[in-house]
Amino acid sequence: MDVWALLIIPIVTSVVIVFITRKWKNLSSYLSIAAVIACFFIVLPYLIEALGNPHMHGHEQAFTWLKVSGLHIKMGTFIDSLTVVMLCIVTFVGSLIHIYARGYMEGEEGYSRFFACLSFFIFAMLGIVLANNLIMIFIFWELVGLASYLLIGYYYQKPSAADAAKKAFLVNRIGDFGLILGIFVIYYATGSFNFGEIEHQVMAGHVEPWTMGLAALLLFCGAVGKSAQFPLHVWLPDAMEGPTPVSALIHAATMVAAGVYLLARISFLFYMAPPEAGIVVAYVGGLTALMAALMALAQSDIKKIIAYSTLSSLGYMVMSVGLGGTGPGMFYLMTHAFFKALLFLGAGSVIHACHTNSIWEMGKLYPKMKATGVTFILGSLAMMGVFPFAGFWSKDEILSTAFDSGHWLLYGAGTLTAFITGIFITKIVLLAFFGKKRYHGNPHESPPSMTIPLVVLSVFAVFAGLAGFPGLEPNFGSFIPSHGHHGPHHFNFLVAGISTLVVFAGILIGWKLYTGEAEPAHRLKAQYPCLYKVLENKFYFDHFYDGVLVAVIYNGIGKILNFIEVNIFINFLINGFAYNVRVVGRALRGTITGQLQHYALFMVSGVVVLVLIFLQYFV
Amino acid sequence: MLTLTHFLILSCILFSIGVAGVMIRRNIIIVLMSLELIFNAANISLAAFAYYLESITGTVFVVFNITVAAAEVAVGLAILVAVYRRRKTVLVDQLDEMRY
Repeated sequence: MDVWALLIIPIVTSVVIVFITRKWKNLSSYLSIAAVIACFFIVLPYLIEALGNPHMHGHEQAFTWLKVSGLHIKMGTFIDSLTVVMLCIVTFVGSLIHIYARGYMEGEEGYSRFFACLSFFIFAMLGIVLANNLIMIFIFWELVGLASYLLIGYYYQKPSAADAAKKAFLVNRIGDFGLILGIFVIYYATGSFNFGEIEHQVMAGHVEPWTMGLAALLLFCGAVGKSAQFPLHVWLPDAMEGPTPVSALIHAATMVAAGVYLLARISFLFYMAPPEAGIVVAYVGGLTALMAALMALAQSDIKKIIAYSTLSSLGYMVMSVGLGGTGPGMFYLMTHAFFKALLFLGAGSVIHACHTNSIWEMGKLYPKMKATGVTFILGSLAMMGVFPFAGFWSKDEILSTAFDSGHWLLYGAGTLTAFITGIFITKIVLLAFFGKKRYHGNPHESPPSMTIPLVVLSVFAVFAGLAGFPGLEPNFGSFIPSHGHHGPHHFNFLVAGISTLVVFAGILIGWKLYTGEAEPAHRLKAQYPCLYKVLENKFYFDHFYDGVLVAVIYNGIGKILNFIEVNIFINFLINGFAYNVRVVGRALRGTITGQLQHYALFMVSGVVVLVLIFLQYFV
Repeated sequence: MLTLTHFLILSCILFSIGVAGVMIRRNIIIVLMSLELIFNAANISLAAFAYYLESITGTVFVVFNITVAAAEVAVGLAILVAVYRRRKTVLVDQLDEMRY
């Protein structure tokens, strides 16, 4: 039953904070931190078991939740090595970010509310990870959406934050629509929501390939929304309106990875479905990776740049899973959780010190903030994938998967992304920590509750990649159940060499452009104003959605529907019926005279009529 | 020779008088008495059927009916007295509060 405790502890904490301890800010935060750390300790035994036996037998338990004729839904949990990886990421990174948030959110309005929402998020996220069936995944999928909405809109008095929260929720709904359709298709085809049973049916070949392809792509729609893939990627950069710990936990390390996790969970579908399904997924991922990296180039908000790099990392993972490389995808997910959380928390520490998000108003912070600076640089190296940091190993596995698959376009996109990532990450580091002093006021290092998580995360950002070290057996690749045709991963020196080269080229160009006064960067910007404008406006996706979709749907279809509703439903059906009922009632009112004898007359005439009818027909 | 038909005709006449009384008399006491007539018309036909069909059931029903009627008249008259005390009238057409 300890598995259920993973869900019960966070939700109870959240409820207790909301209803009881809201007034005591410190108590609320300690409760929330204790809850997530408790969850981490519950997960530990499973991690130890999985480490000892990589092909561990899944623990499954379930109870009947809904039973109506023909539909039998069981809620339950399922723990295998894939689940364990996610559980560890969520609870471990979650613990660090909770601790960090205690320092970062100091003095904010609604301190307790923040921690209540965080605990609620942990509850919902663990629900997704633990679920053994699609219905439960869908429910918790929506709950993390709610948690994300609440936390993006944390500064709800700020219109931009409220808008961003709304946007995230609505854009996610579009993807979720596909997800639920996919669940229906799977139920239609296999008669079950349970992953084990579905897998059994699918692997036995009882399902037609095109049905599986359809189901896989519809479920992928859900992942597109949650993991912010093209074309639904627009919500993630805006989600940076939330407090920085939220950006780190939800919009980088865990929630946005839920889509990738879902794809990994149903990887058997892609394995058995026509190969085109996986190719579509891979190309969406590759396109997202490259496009997001390009967009990141022209941003000046430190959090937005990191957000775009998150988009591009998610694109990497999706590409890998689409190509059948579930193991590499999950490996990247794990290392990404560490270094991206680290980058966000480091950025938060800088923002905390400078009170601005713009990297053009920072500069030369390194002497003032040594701990943040060192950890941020370590995180950056991991993000860019420099040998031997975590990102190198995981990115290399993904690029090797693309290389082996023979899709040169995808491999090229991945390598190009690595190159661009080198440029803009170097840009952040140089502009924020080195170069000319551009900050105002007197920034100082953050309190220990913020720097300690940074240090812990940086250790993982450096060493977590060794879990996938090619010489290690069993390494991470054998850890994740894979249906792919890829056997044990072989280290590809050509791929590793090329990616290292392009990353160093990226760093070099970034260095040239942004060192000192960043003169060359300004010159480049002046030279190609059109290109810069396109990148700065994120390829005009938001303009397109606002101008075309919102104009057509909201103003076009919406007005027509409003006309139909007002005239047909309200005026005709509702008011019309009410009017007729009133007229008839007024006419019939005359029969209620209050005279006893009138009623007696009606009764007797009624009896006479009935008797006459009886005599006519039945005698 | 009295046959069943004679009894049924008597019952029918009493019933008609009763119905007419209920519908056209204004005095509530007369209305109540007319109701008793309807009642007893039914009792006569029941007793007659019991006699001619040689079944005890009808007779039992009649005795039962008379008992119930006695109780009902007691309640009815009590209500009538209460209405008269309150409204100072026994005319049904003036008791028309229950209207729209």
